[in-house]
Amino acid sequence: MNFKENIKTITINKPLKLDCGKTINNFPLAYETYGSLNKEKNNAILVFHALTGDQFVTGVNPVTNKDGWWSYAVGPGKSIDTKKYFVICANVIGGCMGSFGPSHQNPETKKIYGTDFPVITINDMVNAQKNLLDHFGIKKLFSVVGGSMGGMQVLQFVSNYPDKTKTAVPIACTSSHSAQNIAFNELGRQAIAADYKWQNGEYSSKNTIPDKGLAVARMAAHITYLSKKGLQEKFGRKLQERDDLKFGFDADFQIESYLRYQGSVFVDRFDANSYLYITRAMDYFDLIKQNNGNLSNAFKNTKAKFFVISFTSDWLYPTQENKDIVIALNAIGANVGFVEIKSDKGHDSFLLDVPDFLKALKNFLDKSYLEE
Amino acid sequence: MKSEFKIISNLIDKNSHVLDVGCGDGILMEFLIKEKKANIRGIEISKTKVQNCIAKGLTIIEGNAEDDLKQFPDKSFDYVILGQTLQAFLNPEKVINELLRIGKQAIVTIPNFGYWKVRLHLLLKGTMPVTKTLPDEWYNTANIHLCTIKDFVNFSKTMSFKLSKSIALKNDQPSIITNSNLGMKNLISNLGIFLIES
Repeated sequence: MNFKENIKTITINKPLKLDCGKTINNFPLAYETYGSLNKEKNNAILVFHALTGDQFVTGVNPVTNKDGWWSYAVGPGKSIDTKKYFVICANVIGGCMGSFGPSHQNPETKKIYGTDFPVITINDMVNAQKNLLDHFGIKKLFSVVGGSMGGMQVLQFVSNYPDKTKTAVPIACTSSHSAQNIAFNELGRQAIAADYKWQNGEYSSKNTIPDKGLAVARMAAHITYLSKKGLQEKFGRKLQERDDLKFGFDADFQIESYLRYQGSVFVDRFDANSYLYITRAMDYFDLIKQNNGNLSNAFKNTKAKFFVISFTSDWLYPTQENKDIVIALNAIGANVGFVEIKSDKGHDSFLLDVPDFLKALKNFLDKSYLEE
Repeated sequence: MKSEFKIISNLIDKNSHVLDVGCGDGILMEFLIKEKKANIRGIEISKTKVQNCIAKGLTIIEGNAEDDLKQFPDKSFDYVILGQTLQAFLNPEKVINELLRIGKQAIVTIPNFGYWKVRLHLLLKGTMPVTKTLPDEWYNTANIHLCTIKDFVNFSKTMSFKLSKSIALKNDQPSIITNSNLGMKNLISNLGIFLIES
């Protein structure tokens, strides 16, 4: 991998007080941009990535040499049209694509942070990224858009900075991580911790990585991103390059082989400690509690126009949890639209070629852009 | 433009906050934005129609009037419009109560089952009426609670809501419904339009 030379970073010199109580300063935030900022500086869209995403939204990711994670939705002429809009995306803090995270060196101890890195939250991630607006001299974004954990950041951003965006599009997300969500994240974390190579997070000083544990974490999570129907249609009970069962524990079934592959490629691009930190941030996310039990209070100061999108087969962040956001917005007379997209592709629908979704997103943005 | 929409437009004030329940493709919403600069939202159950509304830049919530009106606070709209769909609800009473709760006023339009052509159809043919406003057969119609203009007027008394304006439409010609002409209007009109409040 050709790493550092392809990553743009800004150093945040403004101290950032984290929810855990610690303050960080002079830390790097890695970002990428697409399209160009217009003279009025009113065409910027801040895209927030999900758990395992990064700043390389579209085109070829220069580090992995694979397509950007949202290539279906972002690009010239696409839903988030980079001929029209200036798209900014930052790697979240706690991440592993250049932003301040557990694989960085602690300047005081000269050691890699590992689990000495402060626990960060969605709120911290959003507050760090707000600095990008100042960096580009943008007074108000045209939109904040994101799916899954990206959607949580959208909600948190509007809550923290109610007048900093004209529109907001939270997709396939929730305002509060459920017990089931936390349970799956804990499964992933325990898989990593159970790998003896994790070494309490100090694996990099021992020149190893907990690849098996991280791969199992990814495999388990990957299942939650798909629907039962989608899996059944794609794999069913099809066998992997064999005519019959082998009466052993190799990957007899295609689904086994597929998951093993997903796990193995993931460890090449993702840091195990970052996985712990980011899943923790998602688990701590509870915008309802932040607002003393009333989600509407999170949005009472904003005039932003919302568009909430869910998917029929998403059982990780199901329609009802997305609808609860709509209900909270309607309760205070906010401007909110909502659509549930029919798709068999599960939670991952927002990342895939789902034409009704891509069309709705494009229409919402393009029509809203023309307003006033 | 449908004369029904012109009448509805005449019933609302400029810059009003409006909810169109069962807004379909959003044609009325667009009309009210143009004519009355309405600050308007729509609720629609059909995914295809929701997409069409989004493509027009309308603020639309995918949902079902019987379940999804409860999220709106009391009197959060100046007007709530229910165009020719009251007869399709399982529980019209509940829907009317919700309209009156969330709207300062509501506008309800109904296809009139007392229209003479409908009566004649049943009288002469002896089969369930199929007309321009009621185009489906009895076994596949969504209209499970059809009523006449007179039924709706009686309904207002039973439910004790106020009919602020009652308008009958006959071949696109509007006229005011009064106590004295109710029988005749109920016979010659194909549509009733009511401005109601609690």
